[in-house]
Amino acid sequence: MAEVSLTTELLQYVANGIAKGSTYALMAVGYTLVYGVLQLINFAHAEVYMLGSYFAWFQAKWAGYLPDDKGARAETVPIGMVALFVAGAMAACALVGMLIERVAYRPLRGAGRLAPLITAIGVSLLLQYGGQVVFGTEPKLFPTFAETRVYDVGGVKFPNTNIYIVLTSVVLMLGLTLFVNKTRPGAAMRACSHDMRTARLMGVNVNATVSLTFAIGSALAAVAGVLVAMDQPAITPLMGVRIGLKAFVAAVVGGIGSIPGAALGGLLLGVSESVVSGLWKPVYSEAVAFVFLIVVLLVKPSGILGKSVREKV
Amino acid sequence: MPRTIALLMAGIVGCYGLNWFLSEFIEVVYVDYLNLIGLSIILAVGLNVVNGLTGQFSIGHAGFMAVGAFVGALASILFTYGEIAAGPLEHAGLAQFLLCLLFSGVAAGVLGVVVGAPALRLRGDYLAIATLGFGEITRILLTAQDSLGGPTGLKRIPKMPLLPGASGWDGGTSVFWIYLFVFVVIVLAVRLQRSTFGRALIAIRENELAAETMGVPSARMKVVAFVFGAFFAGIAGALYAHYQHSVRPDDFTAVRSIEVIVMLVLGGLGSVTGAVAGAVVVTLLPQLLRPIEEALGIDGLSMVVYALLLVTMMVFRPQGIFGQRELSLKLLRRLIPGRRKESP
Amino acid sequence: MTALLETRGLTIRFGGLCAVDCCDLSIQPGQLFGLIGPNGAGKTTVFNMLTGVYLPSEGTVHFGGKLVNGRNPVQVARMGMSRTFQNIRLFDELSVLENAMTGAHQHARINLFDSLLRTGRHFREEERQRDKAYRLLEFMGLEDRAGLPAKALPYGHRRRLEIARALATEPKLLCLDEPAAGMNTGEKADLAKLIRRIRDELKITVLLIEHDMKLVMGICEVVQVLEYGKTIARGTPAEIQSNPRVIEAYLGGG
Repeated sequence: MAEVSLTTELLQYVANGIAKGSTYALMAVGYTLVYGVLQLINFAHAEVYMLGSYFAWFQAKWAGYLPDDKGARAETVPIGMVALFVAGAMAACALVGMLIERVAYRPLRGAGRLAPLITAIGVSLLLQYGGQVVFGTEPKLFPTFAETRVYDVGGVKFPNTNIYIVLTSVVLMLGLTLFVNKTRPGAAMRACSHDMRTARLMGVNVNATVSLTFAIGSALAAVAGVLVAMDQPAITPLMGVRIGLKAFVAAVVGGIGSIPGAALGGLLLGVSESVVSGLWKPVYSEAVAFVFLIVVLLVKPSGILGKSVREKV
Repeated sequence: MPRTIALLMAGIVGCYGLNWFLSEFIEVVYVDYLNLIGLSIILAVGLNVVNGLTGQFSIGHAGFMAVGAFVGALASILFTYGEIAAGPLEHAGLAQFLLCLLFSGVAAGVLGVVVGAPALRLRGDYLAIATLGFGEITRILLTAQDSLGGPTGLKRIPKMPLLPGASGWDGGTSVFWIYLFVFVVIVLAVRLQRSTFGRALIAIRENELAAETMGVPSARMKVVAFVFGAFFAGIAGALYAHYQHSVRPDDFTAVRSIEVIVMLVLGGLGSVTGAVAGAVVVTLLPQLLRPIEEALGIDGLSMVVYALLLVTMMVFRPQGIFGQRELSLKLLRRLIPGRRKESP
Repeated sequence: MTALLETRGLTIRFGGLCAVDCCDLSIQPGQLFGLIGPNGAGKTTVFNMLTGVYLPSEGTVHFGGKLVNGRNPVQVARMGMSRTFQNIRLFDELSVLENAMTGAHQHARINLFDSLLRTGRHFREEERQRDKAYRLLEFMGLEDRAGLPAKALPYGHRRRLEIARALATEPKLLCLDEPAAGMNTGEKADLAKLIRRIRDELKITVLLIEHDMKLVMGICEVVQVLEYGKTIARGTPAEIQSNPRVIEAYLGGG
C-alpha cells in the first residue's frame, strides 16, 4: 500500500465518522423526540432499531435475497428493493413504537419519572430476550447492495454505502425538521413538549401526538437499523444495546429535546470515535462518547444546543 | 458502641453458623444462588443510600464494583502468589484478605468522591446519565489496561480465607464472608437512615433548596452518600472477584448498574427492606423460571418471562413491593391476622 | 445602633428585566419588619437575594456586619438567617418532628462515624434535636401531630411547621414569606400572635413579607413598600397607611 499522508488519513476517518455519525443522529432523534414530550429515556428505542433490521431481513428472505444455510455470502439487492425493505421496516417499527407506548408507558403517565424509566428498561430487556428466543442468538447475515463501489477523492475513499447512509439521513432529518416546524401535527408535538397540560387544554390531542412521536422516532430507528445492517452485514438481537446507549449520549450532548442538537451530537460522536479509533486505540473510541458526555454535562448540562430551565423559588 | 461490638459478634457467629449449616446440608448449586443474592443485596442496599435516601439518581454502580473487584483481585493475587502467573488456586490469608477488601472499598470510595463532587452540579436525569458515563469509562479504561489482562481480565484470584472448623464444599467460606458484609451493610444503612445524617439526606431528596436553607450542606452530604454506596460496591466487587476467581471488565457493564436500579425500584426505592427484597427477587427469579424453560424446551424463555414480569409489575405497582415502608415488627403485627391490637 | 440586616442598592436583573431596583433595607435587632407590595413587586426576589438563593446583580447585603453576597444558602443559614417559603417546601416523607429536627442538623457536633457506630455522642445528639424540635412544635401548637408524616398535615399546619423548622436553626433573623397566604381570618389572628411571640419570647428579629395589609399593619413596627422592584415608601404602619403613593399602588392607578 502506498504511503498515506496524515492529513489524508485524518480526512478518511472524518469521512467514515460522518457516515457512522449519521446513523447515531437518526437514532438520537428518536430519543430526543420522546424525551422532549414525555421526559422519558426510552431505553426500548435501541431494540426498535434492532427490530428494524430484522424486519428488513425477513422481507429480504421472503423476496429470495438470502444465502442458503451453508452460510454463503448473501446475494446483492437492487436499490429499488432496498428502498422497499426500508419502507416496510419503517412501517412495522412505527407500529411497534406506538404499541410499546400504548401498552407500557401510557398507563404510567403521571406516575412520576422513575416507574416509566424502569418500565422502559423492562421493555428493552423483553425485546432483547424475546428477540433471542424468536430470532435465535446466532448472528444473521444481511444482504448487501447491488454493487459496492468506492469513490476515491484525493486519496480519501468514499464507499457508496456510506454515501447512501449520509444522504438518507440528511434527507430524513430535513424532512423531520420541516414536519415539526411547518405542519399542524408538528406544532402539536412542539406544544406537548413545551407543556403537555396546557397543550391538552388548548385542544391538542395529546395521546395521538405522543403516539405520533413514537411512530416517527421508531421509523427513523428502523432506517438506521437497515442502513447499519447493510454496512456490517450481520445482525443479532443484542445489536441495539451499544449503539442505543451512544445515540442517547449523542442526544444529550447535542441538547436533549432539540432535533438539530441530535444531528450535531450524532455527527460529533461518530467523527470523534472514528478519529480516536484510527489514530489511537480502538478500545478508547468506546470511551469517547462518555468523555464527551461528561465534559458537556459539566460545562453546559442542557447540552450544546439545549435550553436551560430555571427552577422557580 | 458496646452494642455495636456485640452486634458484630452476633453477626460473625450467625454467619459462621449459616456457612456451616449450608456446607453440611445444602447442595452447592443453591449455595451459589444464595451467594449471588448476597452480593446483590450489598450492591442494592449501598446504592439505596444514593438513589433512595438522597434521591440522586446514579446508574454507575457497576463502575465502583469494577474498581473494587480489580483492586481487590490484584492485591490478593500479589499478596498470595507474589506475581500474576498461572497455577493452582490457593486460599488468601485472613489478614491479607481483609486488607484487600479495605483497599477495594477505599479505592471505590475515592472514585465515589471523584464522581460525586462534579455530580453535585447536575440534577435528575442529567446526573443519571453522567454516572452512567462514569461507569462505562471506568469499564473501558480497565479493558485498555494490558497489565490487568485487558478484556480477559484477571484470573486465578485466590479463594476466600479458610475458617477454623469450616469444611464442606472445598473448604468454602464464601457464604460466611458474603453474608457478613450483607449484615454489616444492612446495619450501617439502617443506622445511617435513622440518624441526623439520614434525615439530612432525605431532606435533600424531598426538597434540596429547603434543606440548604436549613443549613444542610447538600454538596457534602451527597458526596457522603456516594462514598457510602461506592465503598460497599467496592467490597461487593472484591467479594465477587474472590468468589468467581476471575474478573473481566465486561462483568461490569451498564447493564449490571441498571440491574441494581431495577432491584431498588422493584423493592421500593428508599427502603432498606425493599432493596433486600428487590435484590432477592431480581437475582432469584430467572433461576426459578429456568425449570419452566427446560420443561418447555424454549431457550431463553426464563429471561423473557422475567422482563415481562418486570414490566407488568411496574405498570400495576409503580411504587415497588414495599413502597418506602420498612419491614418492622409493627408492620408484621399488622399483617398477621388475628393478632391485631385491641386499641385502634 | 447597628442594623442586624442592611442592604445597599440591592438590584437584580433577569435578562432585560430589572426585578428589584436599588432596594435599601435596614432592620434593627429585635424589630418586627414588614415588607409589602402588590403581586410581582419583587418581594420574594429580595428574600432570595438575602438568603443566598440568587446572587444580586448590584448592591450589597450585610448581616450582623458581615457581607452576605456570594455566600450560598447553607452558609447564610449558618450565619443565623432562616426563612420560610411562599410555596411551602416541607420534607413531605419525614414526620413532623423529623422536619423540625432537620432544622437543628446544622448545630450537630458529631460526625458520621458516631452515628454509624452508635456512640454515646450520637444518642445525646438525637436527644438534643428531639427535645429542641419538640419544644418548638409545642410553641407552634403542633406537638400532638409530631408523629404524622408532614404530607398528612392540613395547610395551615404546614405553614406553622415551616416556621418551627426555621426556628430550629436558631436564627437571629427569621424571614417569613407570605405566611398567612391561604389562611382564614381566625388562623391569621393566631398567626399574628405567634409571630409576635417569636419576637418577644424567643428574641428573634422578624422580617415579614405579606400580602395581607391588616396583618402587617397590626404587628409590624416598620413597614417598607415595594412596587415594580422599587421602594415607594418606608415608615411606621400609620405613616404608610396615609401615604398617597401606597394607596395608589394598592387601589389602582397601575
